Amino acid sequence: MSEVGRELPRLEARAKVTGRAEYTHNLRLPGMLYGKVFRSTVPHGRIRRVDTAAARALDGVHRVVTGEDIHKVIPEPYYGPAFHDQPILALDKVHHVGEPVAVVLAADPHVAEHAVQLIAAEYDELPAVYDEVAAMQPDIVVHDVLKPAGTFADLKHLKGRTGTNVALDYHLRRGDPDGAFKSAAHVFEHTFKSQQCLHVPFEPFVAVAEPADDALVIHTSNQTPSFVHTEIARLLGWPENRVRVKVPFLGGGFGAKVYVKLEALVAALALIVRRPVKIALSMEEQFYMITKHATTFRIKSGVGADGRIVARACEVFWNGGAYADIGPRVTQKSGFTSPGPYDIDNVSIDSYELYTNRTPAGALRGFGIPQLVWAYESHTDLIARELDLDPVAFRRNNILRQDRPQASGTAMKDAAIAEVLETLAARMGWGDNKEFDRGNGAIRRGRGIAVGFKASISPTTSVAIVNVSGDGSAVVYTSSVDMGQGSDTAYAQIVAEVLALKAEAVRVVHPDTDVTPYDMGTLGSRSLFHMGNAVRLAAEDALAKLRALAAEAGLPEGTNYPPAEIFKKRFGMQAGNVIGAASYVPSYKSPDAQTGLSDNVTPFWMIGGAGAEVAVDTETGAVRVEKLVNAADCGKPINPAVARTQLSGAAVMQLGFTLSEIMQLDGGQVTNASLADYKIPGIRDIPPMHNELVAAEQHSGPFGAKGLGESGTFGVSPAIANAIHDAVGVRITELPITAEAVLRALRKQQGRPLEDAA
Amino acid sequence: MTTARTITFTLNGQQVSTAIEPHRNLVELLQRFDLFGARESCGQGLCGCCTVLVDDQAVSGCLYFAVWADGKSVTTIEHLDADGKLSPVQQAFIDTGAFQCGFCTPGFILMSHQLLKEHPNPTDDDIRHYLSGNLCRCAAYPEIIEAVKLAAKQTA
Repeated sequence: MSEVGRELPRLEARAKVTGRAEYTHNLRLPGMLYGKVFRSTVPHGRIRRVDTAAARALDGVHRVVTGEDIHKVIPEPYYGPAFHDQPILALDKVHHVGEPVAVVLAADPHVAEHAVQLIAAEYDELPAVYDEVAAMQPDIVVHDVLKPAGTFADLKHLKGRTGTNVALDYHLRRGDPDGAFKSAAHVFEHTFKSQQCLHVPFEPFVAVAEPADDALVIHTSNQTPSFVHTEIARLLGWPENRVRVKVPFLGGGFGAKVYVKLEALVAALALIVRRPVKIALSMEEQFYMITKHATTFRIKSGVGADGRIVARACEVFWNGGAYADIGPRVTQKSGFTSPGPYDIDNVSIDSYELYTNRTPAGALRGFGIPQLVWAYESHTDLIARELDLDPVAFRRNNILRQDRPQASGTAMKDAAIAEVLETLAARMGWGDNKEFDRGNGAIRRGRGIAVGFKASISPTTSVAIVNVSGDGSAVVYTSSVDMGQGSDTAYAQIVAEVLALKAEAVRVVHPDTDVTPYDMGTLGSRSLFHMGNAVRLAAEDALAKLRALAAEAGLPEGTNYPPAEIFKKRFGMQAGNVIGAASYVPSYKSPDAQTGLSDNVTPFWMIGGAGAEVAVDTETGAVRVEKLVNAADCGKPINPAVARTQLSGAAVMQLGFTLSEIMQLDGGQVTNASLADYKIPGIRDIPPMHNELVAAEQHSGPFGAKGLGESGTFGVSPAIANAIHDAVGVRITELPITAEAVLRALRKQQGRPLEDAA
Repeated sequence: MTTARTITFTLNGQQVSTAIEPHRNLVELLQRFDLFGARESCGQGLCGCCTVLVDDQAVSGCLYFAVWADGKSVTTIEHLDADGKLSPVQQAFIDTGAFQCGFCTPGFILMSHQLLKEHPNPTDDDIRHYLSGNLCRCAAYPEIIEAVKLAAKQTA
């Protein structure tokens, strides 16, 4: 039986059901101090004074550290993947409520927590800006001067710029949009908004730094150990081989734990006190670390008399919060897909990343795509309704088919968009209008559909090592992080397939930069394709070396000796190793600076869609999702059972972002920073679901596979909004779709709008 | 801060004794015994990651003072395979793939144990009712429901 395509349980299944799986959360070291963070209470202000005297005087407090103390060990204490804009602890200014200002260290975390309450800070408050569209005006400027990191060529022109909040502007022009709009039979224009929300992994951010003689070991719950490795070495001015980053299992990541989060802080603290330091955030503190971009998306389409979309103009404003994090990449990478999966000759895209005085925004399961699909699939549905066309038929007529160029100019290869659309239509029983119960009385029912797509990240590098031991067993070394998506198991299956082993016999070593080679990061659904390819190549390299060893041992060519026998024959006993190694670097052409176009913008495309049936209570506005169909193209899955749960897990996460999750702000303060007030989906919120992986193949992927972690998020929000429109004739244009929002829309439609709350 | 008090309790079948301050919770107490399967996450008794059985009743370890364990019997996830064999619930969670990151899994499993003890043949509604105090951000809920049903079938 083939190892690829086998539905074996995750390799670490036993460790997880017995509570023995290793997480950074568990780690305690001799002499370790706990750090607790004192945070800014103002959204924007100059620091006048931080009074730590009372905290220092508390029994059991080891040390209180401020930004100035950090400055003494790290002269340029600013970090970030796109901009070096984020100080390890605030210096001079604070830019959002919850920004770290000081840290108390103590052997007992309760003592540190108590001492934090004794710190007092005074600020000269500055006016603050929270809205992404308002931030386009330079009236209130979050950062005095822009400091791009130099990693990305398209950010260089922003270096040293003052008087602006724009941290990246991406523009694409294709064809003649202005001319096409003029000659179009119909023009439609809408604006959609999405909210700030967040990942809330159940293992909150946690990191431990452990100083050694001339080195530093960082244990962290992080999705990008190689980046942390490079960035901490850069901050310290050390060679990379003096910094060691280790990552066990993650208790959830979802894009929160990418790049540097707590690692620079614990590293600096450990160097200051020369003892191991652990910082573990509370659930509340996660609301001040990293979030999902709120967005405003203005979208305009020109449609011909034949129902073909002839032009689309997209203006997207991304609310990046106080620090850029990876936001500029979201703006560009997601930006060029903003017209949606449609074949449109004339396109303009203007995508802006904006600094505001909110908690920073970065990557969250979809890297901006769910916000875009929310807008373009709501808009597409509205067009179909206006033109009195069936929403599926209208999409079918316009969809991007195999080999046709997407807006960027890159052709759609191995992109089963039409198949995903048709699968959804079939599973929804679309076209069978007589069968569908539209409800009666106060309860009205409707259904909707939506399809989205995403490019993968590039340029990017993945390196893997496969070690075959004297007994024939194999170990894989990569810096991929298994945070629940099942990458360990998938790599074991790939190696087992190549080396003719059982996947259970393959061991996967977790990231340890002293041992495991470079990987760009576990993000953007990239691991299975990029690292999966590297793992396959490394296994093939090991296989070639085993064959060479067999020849050296005088074994006849072309016979299939088990590896253990080859070693024994060659070395006279159970001894030796064969080390296979490989790098995978896909080809890529960055978009032209003027036109935003590139004919090779992504190594592969991800396709995902959803269909929803809803029941709307017209008296309360409550929406109940009665059926959710999720479909995706993940190529040929390595482990279909794990793949299907990725699809449904992503869809349920997006269901939360659609119906309930929102960070509430009042004067820059988050007023619902707890799971009591920020409602994520529970077991009672799960609708009946149907999850389907369409038959497909990614020819450049390992055994035909590609990534899937995000695809389930794409279509959920607009499918539900479209279904609500179908049910009760009102259009919700802002997330989340709460009962209140629906009731307000219904009352407005009835000509008796609800009054605003005082 | 405050004075420690000596408590004696049964931990996973063995009698133990330790001195602990009254402000510490059950999760911290268990960490002293190198038991990390009960995990404090939300800190408000809402997510169920810290679920522990005290005298066979599931409690939120983050809201349960350590000193309350005095004289009681505490069972953690680490005890379920004490005889070297996974419990039927644990095995069912593996067979149905009822977890992803695994951080909330011990809580779901312990709560499922209590459910099956009280309702050996639970309906879907019983399962949702008992597990409504456990959250899973990876959203393995459909597989968790299958796991509980499978465990019920196999213990029947």
